[in-house]
Amino acid sequence: MAKARVKVPATAQKGEVIQIKTLIPHKMETGRRKHKKTKKLIPQHIINKFVCKFEGKDVFSADLHAAVAANPYMAFYTRVEKSGTFNFTWTDDKGKTVKASKKIKVS
Amino acid sequence: MIMKSIERRDLMKGLGIGAVAVTAGSFATREVYAKTADADALMRKLSGANSYKSGKVTLKLPEIAENGRTVPLSVSVDSPMTDKSHVKAIHIVSEGNPTPNVISFNLTAASGKAAVSTRVRLGKTQNIQAAAVMNDGSVYLTKQKIKVTIGGCGG
Repeated sequence: MAKARVKVPATAQKGEVIQIKTLIPHKMETGRRKHKKTKKLIPQHIINKFVCKFEGKDVFSADLHAAVAANPYMAFYTRVEKSGTFNFTWTDDKGKTVKASKKIKVS
Repeated sequence: MIMKSIERRDLMKGLGIGAVAVTAGSFATREVYAKTADADALMRKLSGANSYKSGKVTLKLPEIAENGRTVPLSVSVDSPMTDKSHVKAIHIVSEGNPTPNVISFNLTAASGKAAVSTRVRLGKTQNIQAAAVMNDGSVYLTKQKIKVTIGGCGG
């Protein structure tokens, strides 16, 4: 899987609710498309799980299915109380994972 | 050479069976889309509820999706997002795609705001259901119809 992109504000006030935007390149192959030449069904291959943790604690997660558009985009909110690191993990239905992380300074 | 009558009978039988097999095969390759009942059953399973409350959930979808392959979808839920009262999960279910599962989001009180955005694939004009499961187990449901010009499921 290719590199994921995440947008997290660099700084925030204590108690502020910030928005996090994530994007990961992935075909999200539905398993319903036929190969143009061979006419065989292309097997399903999708990202099915996304987890966001802050300092090791679960903050947000999502269970994705084939109906999520290619290059999954997810935006969500979280309240920050202290400085630290966000860790993001995308997992596909073959068990492969892609990780990303972002730091935030909270004052 | 004239065929023996038995052989001719077998040949006719073979042709008849062949014809039926061809028709049956063509039925099997036709795309089958989920029905509203499938979507309702899935939502009950995901939300753990048999009855729903209305209100609180705002599902934002374009009225018409020009391209069903990528349709922006947002859900926001009116909730204080405190330890005492917050949204635990938001489930999105499709009434008209080949399968009803779309996406589920898991939130906590620390989410601060129960609002999520994503992009989905829609095979045809249909209703989309969005449910918010609260920490007390209550579930709020909303539905919205969206027209799809070009479906986004096939190749």
